[in-house]
Amino acid sequence: MKLIFDKSVNGRRGVRLPASDVPAAELPQALLRSQAAELPEVSELDAVRHFTLLGRQNMGVDTNFYPLGSCTMKYNPKINERLSALPGFSELHPMLAQLPEGIDYCQGALQVLYETEKLLAQTCGFADATLQPMAGAHGELTAVMMFAAYLKAKGETRRKIMLIPDSAHGTNPASAAMAGFTCKEIASNADGDLDLDELKKALNDEVAGIMLTTPNTLGFYESAVAEVVALVKQAGGLAYCDGANLNAILGRIRPGDLGFDAMHINTHKTLSTPHGGGGPGSGPVCVAARLEPFLPQPKVYKNKDGSYGLSEDSAQSIGYIAPYYGNFSVILRAYAYLLMCGGDGFQRISENAVLNANYVRERLAPWYEQNYERSCMHECVLSASRQGAKGVRALDIAKALLDKGFHAPTVYFPLIVPEALMIEPAETESKQTLDDFCEAMIDIAKQAEENPEALKNAPLSTPVGRLDEVGAARNPILRA
Amino acid sequence: MPFIANTDAERQEMLAFLGLDSMQQLWQKAHVPEPEFDFSQLPAGISELEVSRHFNDLAAKNGSGLVSFLGMGHYDHFIPAAVSDVLIQAGFYTSYTPYQPEASQGTLQAIFEWQTAICRLAGMEVANASLYDGGSAIFEALTMSMRSTRRRNEIVVSEAVSPIHRKMLDTYCASLDLKIIPVPARAEKSDIAGILAAVNESTACVIVQYPNVFGSIEDWSSAVAAIKEKGALAVCSAYPTALALLKTPGEMGFDIVIGEGQPLGMPLSFGGPYLGYMCTTNKLLRKMPGRIAGQTTDSRGRTGYVLTLQAREQHIRREQAMSNICSNNNLCAVAALVYMSVLGKEGLREVASLCHDKAAYARQRLSAIPGVEALGDSPFFNEFVLQLPTDAKPLLAELLKKGYAAGVPLGKYYPGRERQLLVAVTEKRDKAEIDLLAESLEALL
Repeated sequence: MKLIFDKSVNGRRGVRLPASDVPAAELPQALLRSQAAELPEVSELDAVRHFTLLGRQNMGVDTNFYPLGSCTMKYNPKINERLSALPGFSELHPMLAQLPEGIDYCQGALQVLYETEKLLAQTCGFADATLQPMAGAHGELTAVMMFAAYLKAKGETRRKIMLIPDSAHGTNPASAAMAGFTCKEIASNADGDLDLDELKKALNDEVAGIMLTTPNTLGFYESAVAEVVALVKQAGGLAYCDGANLNAILGRIRPGDLGFDAMHINTHKTLSTPHGGGGPGSGPVCVAARLEPFLPQPKVYKNKDGSYGLSEDSAQSIGYIAPYYGNFSVILRAYAYLLMCGGDGFQRISENAVLNANYVRERLAPWYEQNYERSCMHECVLSASRQGAKGVRALDIAKALLDKGFHAPTVYFPLIVPEALMIEPAETESKQTLDDFCEAMIDIAKQAEENPEALKNAPLSTPVGRLDEVGAARNPILRA
Repeated sequence: MPFIANTDAERQEMLAFLGLDSMQQLWQKAHVPEPEFDFSQLPAGISELEVSRHFNDLAAKNGSGLVSFLGMGHYDHFIPAAVSDVLIQAGFYTSYTPYQPEASQGTLQAIFEWQTAICRLAGMEVANASLYDGGSAIFEALTMSMRSTRRRNEIVVSEAVSPIHRKMLDTYCASLDLKIIPVPARAEKSDIAGILAAVNESTACVIVQYPNVFGSIEDWSSAVAAIKEKGALAVCSAYPTALALLKTPGEMGFDIVIGEGQPLGMPLSFGGPYLGYMCTTNKLLRKMPGRIAGQTTDSRGRTGYVLTLQAREQHIRREQAMSNICSNNNLCAVAALVYMSVLGKEGLREVASLCHDKAAYARQRLSAIPGVEALGDSPFFNEFVLQLPTDAKPLLAELLKKGYAAGVPLGKYYPGRERQLLVAVTEKRDKAEIDLLAESLEALL
C-alpha cells in the first residue's frame, strides 16, 4: 500500500480548528524552525480510508484464531473499550490529584486503583500490589529493583547474581541486568522442569534471587516449584514469579502461597486488555509483606471514612517508576474484566485454557514431535523436527497456517526446543475453532510429507509474501 | 461465565478425547495441586450491565468538568474523532506484535509511517517504534549514551527538566554504576553555563528539556556544539506539539531526541497509557533500544515492512540487550500518526500557534491582576510561571471550587517557589475561560 505521505496533496486539509479568539503573538524568528515539518496533507476521509485499509492488513483476535504461545491472545471484551473511554476517566489530568484538595476530584479513579490492587493481591496471594509498571517487562524491572533496594537495606549488597532458567523469556535476564544484577542461567532437566541439582549448585551467598516463570514457558507446571522457592529463600535469596502465564493457574494456584516474594501480571494477557499490535500493556506487580515498604510511589490508600488518598512518605520506596499511577486506562479495562469474572469465574478461565491446550496437544500428537511426554497447562510446545527431515521448518509451517486463515503460533521459542511451535489457544476459543485449526495443522503435516516444496512458498494469500529480512537489516530503510 | 465458548457437553467430549472423566483428573495429570485458597471469598462475577453502572458511578465521582490549565509534560489537547475511531478497529487493537510480518503489514507500515512523521517533526534521521512514556524514554537515552561513549558514566541533567521525569530517573539509576550531576535552573531558564561547566571527560550525556519545564524556549545550538566538543552526547526531551513551530532539536544538533508523545492525540486518562518517542542519528542507530520497522521487498518484489535490527533486542541478546523493553506503545504511536495525519502539516502548526497565542493572552491577562507577576522574560511556548502574592496552594484550592484547575504549584517540586504557579494553555481554552479565571483569581486576592 502507498504510504500516507505519498497520498499527500499540497494544501489539502483534514480536521478544521476553531478560529483564534485572542490576538496573534509573535515568536522571535531565530527560534522558529526553518521549514514546516513535512507531515501528510490529506482529507479526513483520505486518512480514515488509509488507516482502515491498513488495519485490514493485520490479523487480529476479532478476525482470526491467534494461538500465539506465551501471549494469551484471548478475546478483548468490547465493554472494556467503552468504559475506559468515559470522559470522567479519560479527561482526568493525573496532576489534579497532586493539587491541594485536588484529591477530592479524583475519588472515582483512586477507588479503581485501590480496588484493583487489592483484587490482584488477593487473587495472587500477596500482601499488596502496585499498578505503576507500564508493561510486563517494566513490571519485572520494578520487582528486581525492589529486590535490589531490599538487599541494600539489609546490607547484603554482595548479592548480585540473579538465577534464571534457560527456558525464560529474554526480558528476565535483560530486566535483571538493567537493575544491576548479573545473570546465571540454570538448565532445565529432561522432564522440562528446572534442574534442582543445578539450582543447588548455583546457590551461595552472592545469589540475590531467582526469576521463575510459573507455569514455565514449556507450558508445564513445575512439580517442585514450592521447593525451588524454598531453596532460594533458605539460601538468603528472593523469589520472583514471572506471571506471564498466570492464565493457566488463575483461580487455582496463588503464587504468593507458593512462597514467591513478588510477581508481575501482564494485564494484556491474563486480564483481557488489548494487545494493540504490541502495546501499550500494563504490568502490575504483587509483593509479599517484606517488600511492601519498597513499593513505588505515589501509593493509593483508603481512609477510615471511605475516601481515598495518595501518599509519598515511605522512606524505603524505590520511588517513581511511571510519571504518575501507571497505564490507568489499561487498568480500567482489567478492573472491569476482574469484576465481570469474579472469584467464581477465575477457575473457569484456567480450566478452559488448560483443557483447550491439552485438546490441541493430543489431537496433534500423532503428527508433530513432542519433546516431553506430559500434560501441559495453557499452552503446548510442539517441535517441527519430524518435518525437518523433509526440509520443512517451523517457519514454513507458520507461514502455511497464515494461508489457511490462522495466525501462526509462536515459533523458535522456548530456545531449548528445536524448531519450536508454541501453541496457546486461550479459553475464549471454542472446540470448533480448535478442530478447524488442528485440521489445518494436520493438512500441513501431510503436505510436509508429500509436497514439502510447496510449503516453502507460503504464504500466498497475504498482502505480501515472505519478506527479505536479511536485506532489511543489511540496508536499513527506516523512514520515508 | 462470560467470554468462554465451550459448553459443559463440549468440555466433557474434549476430556473424553483425552481419556479423562473430569477436569480434576487433568489437573492431577498436569501435577497441579489442589487450591489452598477459597476463591469464593472474592466478590462474585457481575454482568456487563452491572459493571457499566458501577463504572458510570465511579466516573461521576471524578471532576471531569473542570477547566484545566494543568500541564508540566501532559496536556489537554483536542483529539479529532477520527483518531479514536481508528484505534478501535480490530486490526489495530486486537492484533499483537508483528511477529508474522505477512499477517501484520498494517501495524508494520503504520510504525514505518510513525517513524517517518516523528523524525520529520523533530528534524532527526531515525526513530524507533516507541517506548512507554517520556520519562522512561529519558532513561533509555541515558543508557544509550553510556553504551555509545564507552566507559563514561556521568550524566549531567538540567533541573529545568520535568521533576517527575527526574524522579523516575533517580529510581531507575539507583543500582547502576553511574553518577547523576544535577544542574539547578536559574530563575525560569536552564543554566547553560553551569551545564557546560559540569561536562568533563567522564560525561556520557547532557539531558535538557525543550521548551524547559517552566515553558521557556531556549536555543541550544551553541551549547550542543560545546557538549559534543567534549565527547559527550546531547539529549533533548522535547514537547512534540511545540516542534511544529520551533527550531527543531535536529537543527540544533542534538544526538538523541526523546519526549512525551501524549500531546499527539492521547487522552490524559489519569496517567496513561502515553507514548515515549525516541529519535537519533544514523550514526547511533545501532545503539538505540526498542523495536524498529524497516522497508524491504517480498519474493515477488512487492514492497513490505518487517521488524528489523532485532539483534539489539532482549529476545535475541538477553542480558546484553540494549534494553529490557519488549513492547512498544504501539496503539499510542498509531494514535499519534493518525493525529498528525488528520491535522496535517498546516493543522499541527495551527494547533501550536493557537497554544502560543492563548498562552500569551493568558499570561498578559493574569499578570495584569494587581499583585500577580509573570516571571521571566524568555520567549515561551504555551506554559509560563506566575508569581502570586501569597502561597499558591490555598488559592488553587479555592479556584478548584470555582471549577478551575488553575495550574501546577511549583513549591512541591522546587522548594522556594511556594508562591509560583505553572500555567499551561492549549488550543482548547477560549478567551472567556481565561478571562473568568482571571476574574476569579482577582476576586480571591
